[in-house]
Amino acid sequence: MAMPSKRRLAQGIAALAGLLAGGTLAATVWAQQLVADLSSHLVAITTGFTGTEVVLFGTTDGPGDVAIVVTGPRGTATVRRKQRVAGMWMNTDNVRFEQVPSFYTVAVSRPLDQLLGRGVLERHQLGLPQLQFPADVGLLPPEEQAAFRAALIRNKQREGLYAISLGQVAFLGERLFRTNIYFPANVPTGLYNVEALLIRDGDVVSAQTTPLVVSKIGFSAELSDFARNRPITYGVAAVVGAIAAGWAAGAAFRRV
Amino acid sequence: MQVYLPIAEMSVNALLVLGMGWLVGFLSGMFGVGGGFLMTPLLIFIGVPPAIAVGTQANQLVAASVSGVLAHWRRGNVDVKLGVVMLGGGVLGTAVGVWIFNILQRLGQIDIAITLSYVFFLGTIGGLMLVESSRAILRRRAPTAKRGKLHRHIWLHGLPFKMRFHRSKLYISALLPAGIGAVGGMLVAIMGIGGGFLLVPAMIYLLNMPAGLVAGTSLFQIIFTTAAATLLQAATNQTVDAMLALLLLVGGVIGAQFGTRAGSRLRGETARLALALIVVAVALKLAWDLFSRPDDLFTLTMGLR
Repeated sequence: MAMPSKRRLAQGIAALAGLLAGGTLAATVWAQQLVADLSSHLVAITTGFTGTEVVLFGTTDGPGDVAIVVTGPRGTATVRRKQRVAGMWMNTDNVRFEQVPSFYTVAVSRPLDQLLGRGVLERHQLGLPQLQFPADVGLLPPEEQAAFRAALIRNKQREGLYAISLGQVAFLGERLFRTNIYFPANVPTGLYNVEALLIRDGDVVSAQTTPLVVSKIGFSAELSDFARNRPITYGVAAVVGAIAAGWAAGAAFRRV
Repeated sequence: MQVYLPIAEMSVNALLVLGMGWLVGFLSGMFGVGGGFLMTPLLIFIGVPPAIAVGTQANQLVAASVSGVLAHWRRGNVDVKLGVVMLGGGVLGTAVGVWIFNILQRLGQIDIAITLSYVFFLGTIGGLMLVESSRAILRRRAPTAKRGKLHRHIWLHGLPFKMRFHRSKLYISALLPAGIGAVGGMLVAIMGIGGGFLLVPAMIYLLNMPAGLVAGTSLFQIIFTTAAATLLQAATNQTVDAMLALLLLVGGVIGAQFGTRAGSRLRGETARLALALIVVAVALKLAWDLFSRPDDLFTLTMGLR
């Protein structure tokens, strides 16, 4: 498959970062059939952060539909199930999933099932039912595995990190499109992958991937770096600060 | 006003957290308990991950108990000698507690062990206090009833290593306060709380300490156990959120001052009855959660924890 070397390099870097599950970028990228960009490539989490919206806009070289997939950094997730033991609800079994996206939303210009067949949806991991992550299921029967998988998605949706419904990609005329991507206050930090797919005649004909960084900025970044890089000094500072604050408050109230 | 918590990685309402800190600080100053047994469920209720709730409130309890001890100190209500003896046992108890915690963690049942010990300790202590304080109040209302003996001698007072505690006017075995401290230290390690709700009644009923000295002395000891817990949590689990602790302690230290003043106006048995009711209520709530069917039987944890 002939690909521009720049494209291959970018793909290599992304794969190294462990962000792309196999096959996401399988679609051949033909030059300039689809161009998309973000209003900002950085979601800055400051002390006053309450969630934010990033605008994705782009253009196609002709009529067609567009799907936008936003995937957060992938990692391990453990789903635990409670069962009644001696009247109490306690964790009895668990399943560990690998390469679970910490964040996942899809926006489309038309409902997915009208656009693409099941095979294509699966190949591009388009939509929650098609999202793939390997699991260490052991001897669990398939219907149990499905229950744990559904529970993972349900919990993620409750946290607001997996979209419950598909977002809307709006077309302005025939070629210009845009969509808003919402990131809630509890958005996980890391390198995100924003993928724009051009769909024609029941197949993906072009794709473009844009990176997006979600990062703590300013005081909150310094504090979490301090806690992570020098944990013992951080602990001492926390104790000393607490003693000083308690003392100051005690002294302040003495006069009253 | 929303504030982002950098370690918990979530956004909370600053006023709500300040108010929670104030409330717990008020109770801490009034009863001489750390209030950790209330703060952990409250923080988890607003969505803070349990590990971070435990680590952070240990940090805030340091500030609350320092400010509480200062207020008691000015009134001469701290028995330093007794506090230091308790602390000696506390260090030993913390070490044993960490060992037990590790075993439970290996067995994969630390969550239920924590909840069960909350229900057991809070239920038992709260129930006993409830019975005792209501009896005391009834006795006050019926002045004809005979006054009990000033000092009851039980086998615990026959233990060796007798020590004189002038401030508390006690001549008892050093093993007694050290043992109480050791149990408190174990609770700090396993349940992530100061342990005041257990120390206070133990000091009243087992040591027969003057009620006025109990709050100050138990807070004195709690400063050191919570400081150790904060250090351990920050160094090993990185679960101390300084931003959250700051909000809690600003509310907490102010609340503690009001609480101390309100407490000095309360009669001993009335204060104990109020504390007993709160403790029993928390125990019942936790027991309810344990036995009622959860909304979702499945829970999700990201990362390797």
